Amino acid sequence: MSVSIKDVEYVAKLARLEFSEKEKVKFTEELNSILKYVEKLSEVDTSGVEPAIGAYPMYNALREDEISPSLDREEILKNAPDKQDGYFKVPKVID
Amino acid sequence: MHKKTVHEIRDLLRRKEISSVELTKIALERINSIDDRLGAFISVYGEQALEAAKDVDRKIASGEELPDLAGIPTALKDNMNMKGTKTTCASRMLENFVSPYDAGVTERLKENGAVIIGKTNMDEFAMGSSNETSYFKKVRNPYDLERVPGGSSGGSAAAVASGEVYYSLGSDTGGSIRQPAAMCGVVGLKPTYGRVSRYGLVAFASSLDQIGPFTKDVEDCAIVLNAISGKDERDSTSADVKVEDFTKYLNRDIRGMRIGMPVEFFGEGISEDVRKIIIDAVEVFKSQGAEVKEISLPMSRYALEVYYILASSEASSNLARFDGIRYGYRAESYSDAVDIYTKSRSQGFGDEVKRRIMLGTYALSAGYYDAYYKKALQIRTLIINEFKEAYKNVDIILSPTSPTTAFKLGEKINDPLSMYLSDIYTVPVNIAGIPAISIPAGLSNGLPVGLQLMGNYFEEGTLLKAAHAFERATEHHRIRPSI
Amino acid sequence: MDFEVIIGLEVHAELSTNTKIYCGCTTEFGGEQNTHCCPVCLGLPGSLPVLNKKVVDYAIKAGLALNCDINRLTHMARKNYFYPDTPKNYQITQDETPLCRDGYIEIETEGGLKKIGIQRIHIEEDAGKNVHMEDSSYVDYNRAGVPLIEIVSKPDMRSPKEARMYLEKLKAILQYTGVSDVKMEEGSLRCDANISIRPEGSNEFGTKVEVKNMNSFRAVERALEYEAKRQMEAYERGEKIIQETRRWDEGRGETVTMRSKEEAHDYRYFPEPDMIYLSVDDEWIESIRKSLPELPDARRRRYINEFGLPEYDSEILTSSKKLADFFEECVNEGGRPKEISNWIMGEILRTLKDRSMEIEDIKFAPGHLVKLVSLVDKGTISGTIAKKVFKDMFETGEDPEKIVKEKGLVQVSDEGAIRELINKVLDENPQSVADFKAGKTKAMGFIVGQVMKASKGKANPQIVNKILTEELNKR
Ligand SMILES: [Zn+2]
Repeated sequence: MSVSIKDVEYVAKLARLEFSEKEKVKFTEELNSILKYVEKLSEVDTSGVEPAIGAYPMYNALREDEISPSLDREEILKNAPDKQDGYFKVPKVID
Repeated sequence: MHKKTVHEIRDLLRRKEISSVELTKIALERINSIDDRLGAFISVYGEQALEAAKDVDRKIASGEELPDLAGIPTALKDNMNMKGTKTTCASRMLENFVSPYDAGVTERLKENGAVIIGKTNMDEFAMGSSNETSYFKKVRNPYDLERVPGGSSGGSAAAVASGEVYYSLGSDTGGSIRQPAAMCGVVGLKPTYGRVSRYGLVAFASSLDQIGPFTKDVEDCAIVLNAISGKDERDSTSADVKVEDFTKYLNRDIRGMRIGMPVEFFGEGISEDVRKIIIDAVEVFKSQGAEVKEISLPMSRYALEVYYILASSEASSNLARFDGIRYGYRAESYSDAVDIYTKSRSQGFGDEVKRRIMLGTYALSAGYYDAYYKKALQIRTLIINEFKEAYKNVDIILSPTSPTTAFKLGEKINDPLSMYLSDIYTVPVNIAGIPAISIPAGLSNGLPVGLQLMGNYFEEGTLLKAAHAFERATEHHRIRPSI
Repeated sequence: MDFEVIIGLEVHAELSTNTKIYCGCTTEFGGEQNTHCCPVCLGLPGSLPVLNKKVVDYAIKAGLALNCDINRLTHMARKNYFYPDTPKNYQITQDETPLCRDGYIEIETEGGLKKIGIQRIHIEEDAGKNVHMEDSSYVDYNRAGVPLIEIVSKPDMRSPKEARMYLEKLKAILQYTGVSDVKMEEGSLRCDANISIRPEGSNEFGTKVEVKNMNSFRAVERALEYEAKRQMEAYERGEKIIQETRRWDEGRGETVTMRSKEEAHDYRYFPEPDMIYLSVDDEWIESIRKSLPELPDARRRRYINEFGLPEYDSEILTSSKKLADFFEECVNEGGRPKEISNWIMGEILRTLKDRSMEIEDIKFAPGHLVKLVSLVDKGTISGTIAKKVFKDMFETGEDPEKIVKEKGLVQVSDEGAIRELINKVLDENPQSVADFKAGKTKAMGFIVGQVMKASKGKANPQIVNKILTEELNKR
């Protein structure tokens, strides 16, 4: 499989990244060389092999439904690039 | 003083031959005198550290019995949260992020009376093998300032090797503790996945990341591991496995221990000087009565490919939260909310991070999931099974930590694939989730070579036992760089 | 041309847990903005999710109540998309392994009982809230991480009315199990619909249109009626129906195309690597099954069999657990089922509707209603007075006996007093007496009315009739 500049543009949009035309060419080449490298995986017959979600199967990490303290609002908003009246502020979002 | 180990310092403190404040001042002075050349620290919290040291000294004076690590200066890789201090991940994205909470390991160290002196430099978001992707500055190898310290925990490795601190914590996703430990000539351990809490560790690849110690010798490694291991209810992936006192594995006989040498880890790509030193090391184990045999792990040949798919995919999602809304870098000008994301992320992340986000996003995107991500998870199963099978016949598996010694700054930074290859021996361990340690095996042309020992799940004890036996028979761990 | 309408519904219900799904922050509604947040639900770097056990309990409970199979081994998944109300820019939800699947709900259609299939129920986290102002949006993450179940039906509904009935039944069942508040106004129940049409007799599905932003069951029905009509008209004009998401505009009473997203959805689902398998064993499931209350269908059947109530009454009374509980308490306090049912279905529901109140807002106790009925039975008050007393009781929550006493509403059955009153009325209305005598029976009614009026409604009507006849005959 190989990717085109158009693919790179699509993936960049999904990832919320933008590139100059020059960078797009570079990323296309680099992605292609990495993809060519990982192509080796298709050699391996994996029919009937269960995917390993995690290093080894672990079960049931659950917490009780008990309230623990939240952060102070000051702490919550401390790192916000823009805030107002206790809210995080962003340019108008269109649903 | 800065050349001493944790256990030596602990004994001095207990005998009241030195105070924690004095030690802390020495460490701060050492950082002050060499770190502009070394670049190991992103931030130093001198006053806070001295406060913590005073507290320990008061306790010592009052005759309180203290944990091993009490009063000893240490540092955290800058992807671990410490309340009220910056967690930058060596990225412009988090340049000004001040954490409102402590990571699990930070809490553990504080409970143990540790004096946390600062946060160490790293590859941006732990993505890299040379520490050159840090947004702030490069870390240099204390053995040769023109060379890389390895990565991504290069700052933590260099800080311990050069004696800025007595031990440090790093994180290892594909070799990020062991490879820099090897290149800087210190001991680095990646524990079994789940052994140490990941709570508060900024995730790179959640299913691979694990925190572990950098120390000057194996005894120190056991001491630090004691302090940071154990179940944390805030990390679902942390294992509910009883934590033993790892120091009980020191000074033990290894006669009859079965050591496997996988042929795949000695194939093409390994440099001759590294091979030679590792073969010498094998002889040391044999002379101690260990049984060394050749084994084969054919699936491990796919580990690096599996790693790049899994790590990048998880990273593409883990790093989505950095968007300029709640915290982190926000671009100065933007037209709307989508534009905030795109501009902030494009300006806030460096090239290597973007490269991995792109690869990971692609691998997870519609139509490719089965071919890449799912396929990689299936091969992960095969790699895991292969290791499990191998451990039916051997107790530990031995290999070089990295195919080469420390390379020159700039040598590989423009060739991502050749950079990735420097993790070829460390990555299989993260894929399987098993523990592995890198220990100094000697110098080649004045540069350290690391020996990697890989153990079965939760068999850190066996690793420490073998590593300590090697140390007792050699002097490599006493070598210090001249910086 | 005749068309068949095909509808599937996706319902999100907020679970009534104390804490969020992955952290210990409170789920309490209405806190000050950005005060119910911690590193986890803010998605701060390094934070990790830990699943709330109660969320699993509740989702299984809902699944069992909706006749689902429970998946023994599941894993959470990440759904990746960027949006300011989504702190991590991915939602932790379930993808390939929903906790529950293959259930159904029974609804009562004109053609008889009909099963509407439930494809799956999965657990997930809610997002924060964007408050839109003129120039900017303001984000509050208090709701981020509040637990939800998403209940996805099969495309089994064939009319907007069936969709509404499905929702009503679903709401009742969730309310019965106590897993959710199911308040559409507070957003604890939300519904999106998929609707398509096809010519009657065709086996192929038409192009699906998703409809969002319906804020009440009535709105769902109206939106689907509108959308079905729109699609049929388009079909007949030979236009192609496009696959899209449309928003219901309540004011204009129509669905409108939503601003199309800039890219096709590519959510890049993958197993959540910060979490581990959830394994549910038989013991766990059985202990939840044992805790299930009697569900609406069973209760309805019991009302018919045990109380002899008509089908209609039983359906209405059991549509809400609190209504049914109220009814049964009345019966337990000695009320006659049919009489109580008449009161609930008449005065009570009418008054609640007039004031947009819920049954739980009622101030008086079930025992008071029983007492009111018995006051009529004993002849202490008339039926007309009872309605007045009810109004008072509804307002104040006071004991009806007390109201009757304090307001002097006791029915007059004293024959002497009534006779005196009647003679007074007859004396004052000689024309009516004459009319009656001349055979105009209608005049009788007028005289009775005058007597009742003179007694302020308190005279016992039966006694009035009896004595009036006697007195008229005397004249
Ligand atoms: Zn929270």
